[in-house]
Amino acid sequence: MWRIKIENRAVRSYKLSFLTGIVSVFLGVIFTGIIFALWGVNPLFAFYKIFSGSFGSVYGWQETITKAIPLILISSGLSMAFVAGLWNIGAEGQMLLGAIPATYIALKLGCCLPAGIVIPLMFIAGFVGGALAAGIAAVLKEKFRINEVISTLMFNYIIAELVQYLVYGPWKGKGQWGFPYTDNFPSSATLSVLGNTRIHYQTLIIAVLAAVIVYILMKKTRFGYDAKVVGANPSAARYAGINFFRNSVLIMLISGGLAGIAGVGEVAGIHKHLTYPWTISAGYGFTAIIVAALAKNNPLVCLLISVFFSGILVGGDTIQTSLQMPSSTINIFNGIILFFAIAGDYFLTHSVRIVKNG
Amino acid sequence: MDEKTFLVQQILVRTFAAGTPLLLGTLGEIYSERSGILNLGIEGMMAAGAVAAFATASVTGSPWCGVVAGIVVGGLLALLHAFATVTLKANQIVSGLALTMLGLGISGLWGKRYVGVPLINKILPVRLPVLSNIPILGNAVFNQDLLFYGSVVLGVIMWFILYKTKVGIIIRSVGENPEAADSLGISVWKVRYVCVITGGIFAGMAGSYLSLVYISSWVEGMTGGRGWIVIALTVFSLWNPKRAFLGAYVFGGIYVLQYILQSYGVSPNLLLMLPYIATLAALLAAVKFSKKKRISPPLSLGVPFDRGR
Repeated sequence: MWRIKIENRAVRSYKLSFLTGIVSVFLGVIFTGIIFALWGVNPLFAFYKIFSGSFGSVYGWQETITKAIPLILISSGLSMAFVAGLWNIGAEGQMLLGAIPATYIALKLGCCLPAGIVIPLMFIAGFVGGALAAGIAAVLKEKFRINEVISTLMFNYIIAELVQYLVYGPWKGKGQWGFPYTDNFPSSATLSVLGNTRIHYQTLIIAVLAAVIVYILMKKTRFGYDAKVVGANPSAARYAGINFFRNSVLIMLISGGLAGIAGVGEVAGIHKHLTYPWTISAGYGFTAIIVAALAKNNPLVCLLISVFFSGILVGGDTIQTSLQMPSSTINIFNGIILFFAIAGDYFLTHSVRIVKNG
Repeated sequence: MDEKTFLVQQILVRTFAAGTPLLLGTLGEIYSERSGILNLGIEGMMAAGAVAAFATASVTGSPWCGVVAGIVVGGLLALLHAFATVTLKANQIVSGLALTMLGLGISGLWGKRYVGVPLINKILPVRLPVLSNIPILGNAVFNQDLLFYGSVVLGVIMWFILYKTKVGIIIRSVGENPEAADSLGISVWKVRYVCVITGGIFAGMAGSYLSLVYISSWVEGMTGGRGWIVIALTVFSLWNPKRAFLGAYVFGGIYVLQYILQSYGVSPNLLLMLPYIATLAALLAAVKFSKKKRISPPLSLGVPFDRGR
């Protein structure tokens, strides 16, 4: 008789981590392919369209890098929060709360001050806005025992409604033909782009720097070590005298602030005005969670995986136009990959073997 | 009947209708969380349930077949969550988010063929004799459809099971202290599977109600964040089906009020913030009175049960 033998693994191996990542993407492709086939689309053709749309041309690469910018920013911040056991799922709202004050500055000061002053101010305001949204959640968690999953989730909706209120109401632009947009940002409040692309490189530079800084913070400093202990073993952390309040609030401020910067990049680099919340945040806050999960919360790995998922988002736009599939189709792919990625974790902590009895 | 009475009556009718999917979803999530498993996939299960119900009702011509399909799809998706979180001990938050993405994706793709397609046979209101003659409230509560009556009855049953039966004690003990439950010979994984799937079934039912009764058509994104409100309502009701009634109908009322107050110049967006602000306020208030009653979530919520450790 054969049976399955399951044992706990003592150490995690990097090789295995990498392998489960690859396998989960591969299985994601297969299962999504089955769903495509059930829908009546040749899966090989659909995947060809997805990946050639994003990685198969210069234009595709430009779009992929553009969409990777917010993903890199948010996923680096999230990976830090997740390591500390802070389940920030409010990056969508934090992006928006970054975009709101940046818009205010753009519309108020953009007319009369040079870009060299306005743009840095917008980024700072965006960081503060996003940090505020996440920081409040941390305070609610540590002082009032309100779960951060609930609070960050609630903030997503509250802030999205606030944005709608602003663009339909007091901030509605006069020159926008009645659309719920604010007036377009003056040129000194918009980010410059590389050539004919949409790559707003200033945000891209900040994003890459952020990933590196968060990596150093997590791996090389006492602060990062404390965060890891808090996440892995809260009671040990308490025993060691780690200040939970300070630690959680700081991490959430950074994580939310980076999402806020991503929000500034979207309004000042892509849209040039504030508009519908779901146009601005566009699901980046949730996609970044997959990125951080697949990157095993390593910000440098987040850089690479952000580009991959950004490619999938761009590919999703491609099949929307060429195969008439709804843009949400890509969610199936993302959801399945995420399932396999966390299922794969089981094999990192347990060894599963088929053995012969007796 | 004068105009004002009619208006109040219409508001009540819509309030109970808007509250029904919220109630159903919350009842299911309460069971899941009471057994120790957080399921953030409600939005996805609801959306997939809604499209499954609508598609099946369109193909078979029977809305009740649609409801069954919604339930089955919701339950199957929840099974996925149970497998990931109970058997593979995966992170419940990430798995729930994956479920939401998957459900929304499936609903978008499956539903594309049904955009703008009218529903052939609707689930019609059934007027209950005598009771429906009560002024105002009678027409609002006792002239609804069978799914609405079903949700009320289910709510009472769910409360009774959780608080008045041995099964309820078992579920609650698994959520509070799985090690102790396990040492008493209770199969923790079985209880959790059943509760998570129950959550999916209810979410699927909630979705069916949306596409077959409340809106009577398929629109992508028709769940519109209701799945997340359910997560909030579960906390708001402090994991008690009895309080889920209150929460669901109050939040349902807010949905209806935004349309009415809009005509008086109140921004609908500011009103739509209310459910979320109310949830946070309720939690804060609950912390303040925590000495009297339990307000903390089930103790082992979110923690996988690993016997060997």
